[in-house]
Amino acid sequence: MGLMFKDETYRGDFTFANSPAAIRHFPFPFHEDKYMYAVNIEPHVPGRKGTAYEFPIDIDEHYLADMRDRAITLAEDPLRCQSLPHMLAAEWDLVELLMTSMARDYPEHFSLTRDGDQWHWINRPMKIEDKFTFGNVATLPLRPMEYITRQCQGDFCLLDQRDGDLWMDAGIVTSQADWSLDFDIGMSFKEWHAPVPMAHEIGIFDRALKFLLAMQIGHPVRRLNWTMTINPRLDTAPETYPKWGIDRTTVTPENVGDKVHLRVELQALWRLPRSNAIVFSIRGYLLKMRELVTIPKWSRRMHRVLKTLPPEIAAYKGLSRYQQTTIDWLSKYDDGQPTSLGFFPD
Amino acid sequence: MTTNQIRVRVAEVETVAAQIRRLKLVPIGMSGLPDFSGGAHTILSIPDGERTLRNPYSLMSSPYDTSSYEVSVLKAAESRGGSAFIHDKIREGLPITISAPVNLFPVDRRARRHILIAGGIGITPFMSIMRQLEHDDVPFELHYGMRSQERGAYWRQLRETYGHRVHIYFEDQGQTIPLKTLLDGQPLGTHVYVCGPSTMIDWVLNGARDAGWPAENVHYERFSAPPPGTSFTVELARSGKTVPVGPHQSMLEALEAAGIDAPYLCRGGACGQCETRIVSCAGAIQHNDHYLSDAEKAAGDKIMICVSRVDGSTVTLDL
Ligand SMILES: Cc1cc2nc3c(=O)[nH]c(=O)nc-3n(C[C@H](O)[C@H](O)[C@H](O)COP(=O)(O)OP(=O)(O)OC[C@H]3O[C@@H](n4cnc5c(N)ncnc54)[C@H](O)[C@@H]3O)c2cc1C
Ligand code: FES
Repeated sequence: MGLMFKDETYRGDFTFANSPAAIRHFPFPFHEDKYMYAVNIEPHVPGRKGTAYEFPIDIDEHYLADMRDRAITLAEDPLRCQSLPHMLAAEWDLVELLMTSMARDYPEHFSLTRDGDQWHWINRPMKIEDKFTFGNVATLPLRPMEYITRQCQGDFCLLDQRDGDLWMDAGIVTSQADWSLDFDIGMSFKEWHAPVPMAHEIGIFDRALKFLLAMQIGHPVRRLNWTMTINPRLDTAPETYPKWGIDRTTVTPENVGDKVHLRVELQALWRLPRSNAIVFSIRGYLLKMRELVTIPKWSRRMHRVLKTLPPEIAAYKGLSRYQQTTIDWLSKYDDGQPTSLGFFPD
Repeated sequence: MTTNQIRVRVAEVETVAAQIRRLKLVPIGMSGLPDFSGGAHTILSIPDGERTLRNPYSLMSSPYDTSSYEVSVLKAAESRGGSAFIHDKIREGLPITISAPVNLFPVDRRARRHILIAGGIGITPFMSIMRQLEHDDVPFELHYGMRSQERGAYWRQLRETYGHRVHIYFEDQGQTIPLKTLLDGQPLGTHVYVCGPSTMIDWVLNGARDAGWPAENVHYERFSAPPPGTSFTVELARSGKTVPVGPHQSMLEALEAAGIDAPYLCRGGACGQCETRIVSCAGAIQHNDHYLSDAEKAAGDKIMICVSRVDGSTVTLDL
C-alpha cells in the first residue's frame, strides 16, 4: 500500500499539503455543477480503490500529523474529549470497531490479536503496543474512547439511543468546522441540529432521525458535508475562534491557491452492537485550491458551485468574505466545458 | 427487504412450559452471530409451503455468547401460522433465516436501578437484559407473573441464578405483583420496564403515571401481532399495482406475497419503519400500531402497514 506518513503542521507555519495520490484520494463532494442542501445518506460500503471510500476507517498520509495536532488541541483544552459515565459500553464498542477495521485494512501498520477478552494491540507508526482486558478500563492507560481515538483520524461522537431520540453523550472533537462538543454534550438530535438554516422547514431532520433510530448492526451509512477553511487548520472550533476567525480577512487574489481550502467531512454512522449506541464519525479532509485545480473536472465544478451558491448558505458556512475572490481565481481554470456527472475525476 | 438475513439452523427444540418452546439457533457458514444488546429481537422467516412466515421474537440468550441465539415462543391461541408452525412442525436441523438483531427495548444505561416487570411470555427480553445488568453490575429486580407453575417458563432457573432479586407470582395461587408498593418510594434514577399482555402493560403505565413517574423512566414492549379483519384491496399509486389483502393477512404480508419489498423492522407496530402515506381510502382505517400519535391517527393520511388495516373496499398507498 505504501503509505508514507508526512511530517507537517496544521498550525503555526501550516506546512500541510497533499501529495498527488492524496489529491485523488480526496472525497470531492459535488456530483453536479451546483450545490443543494440534502441529507444524501448512502450505505458506507467499501468503495473505489485509492479513494477515501476504500475502507470503512480511512488512514492516510496525514495520520501522524493529525494525531499530533489532536494531542496539542487536547492538551490546551481537555474538554474536547468528554464522555458521560453511562457511555462506557459504547466506548468499548468503539474500541472494537476501530481496532478491528484498522488492523484488517492496514495490516502493515496495525495489528490486533484477540484471545477471548485478552487483546494485544500494536500501532507501529505511533510506536504503541498494549495488552489489555477488553471491558476492563483499569487495563488501559486512558478511558477506551480517548485511548483509541488518539490513534485514529477523525472526530467521533457516541450517541445514546433513548426515548425515541439520540443523545450526544460522548465524543472527541478536535478538528471540527465550527461546532463545539462542550456545547452539544448531552443534547438530543433535534437540539444539536437546530442551527442549520431551512432544514427544519422541510422536515429533513425528522426523517433523518427516524432513519438513524432504525439503523442496524452491520449496515453503516455515510454522507458528505463541506465547507471552506482558510489555512489548513484542523481546529476551527468556536472555542478558538479568536485564533482563526481573523484568517478570513487575509485572503487576497495572490494567495487564494494556497490559503483557501475546500474542507470535506466524510460523516459515517454505525450501530454499535453491545451498547445499542450509534457512533458518528466525522473524518475531515482539506484540499488547497492550488491542489484542486490539478483535476480539471473539479476546478470547473468548484467554480460553478461557488458562483451559484445561495447567499444564505455561503453565510452559514462562513465563506461570504472570500467567496468572490475565490470565484475570480477559479474562473481562470474553468474553460466552460461541460463536466461529467459524479464525484470522481475523469 | 430492509433487514439483512442470516442463515441459521435450529439446533435444539425444547418444551420449557405448557405451550412454550425454546429454540436454539446456530449460524450456518459463519463462526458466530452478530453481537447484540439485552432486549433485542430478531425476525424469524420460516418457509411454510408457498408462504413465508415472519414473526419477531426476543433474544433470550446471553449477549456475551453469540455462538448461538435462543428464543422462546408461546403458541398463540388462534395462530395464523408462525407460532403454531414452530410448535407443531419445526424439527431440529431445519435451516431458517433470521434478521440481524434490532433493539427497541434497550435498558437506559443512566439508570441506577432497574425494576423489570414481566407477564407470561413477556419474560423473554428480560432474560438477555438480566444477563447484561449482571455483567455490568447494576442493581435490578424482576417481578414475574404467570398463570401457573406449569405455564410459566424459566422461573426455577431464574430464581437459582439471580436469587432474591427474582420475585415470582402465580395467578392461580392468588398472587399478584404489588405494583403500588413497587412504584412508590423508589430512589431517584430508578427505571421500570414492562413486557407482557397489553392489559398488564397498560396497568403498569397507568400506575407509573399516577405515581408521578417521569415518562422517560418507564419503558415497555408490546408483543403485538396484526389482528385479523375483513378482506380489502391495496392499490399502489406509484407502481400501479393492485394487491388483495386477506382477513388474516397484514398489508405488509400481502405486499411481500406479491413480491413487493416494503421496509420494516419490528412487524409489531412499534418502530415506525413501515409508515406509509395514504393517497386515498374507501373505508375506515383501523390503526393498530403504537407509533403514530392520536392526532396522526385521526388525520388518516398515514398507516403502519405491518399491523393496521382498512375496514372497507380499497386503500391507495403512496408506494
Ligand atoms: C418486538 C416483538 C418481540 C416479540 N417477542 C416474542 C417472544 O419472545 N416470544 C413470543 O412467543 N412472542 C413474541 N412476540 C410475538 C410474536 O411475534 C407473534 O406475534 C406471536 O408468536 C404470534 O404469532 P402467530 O403467527 O402464531 O400468531 P398470529 O397468527 O399472528 O396471531 C396473533 C393473534 O391474531 C389473532 N388471529 C389470528 N388468526 C385468527 C383467526 N383465524 N381468527 C381469529 N383471530 C385470529 C388472534 O388474536 C391471535 O392471538 C413478539 C412480538 C414483537 C412485536
Ligand atoms: S415494521 Fe415496525 S411499525 Fe411496522
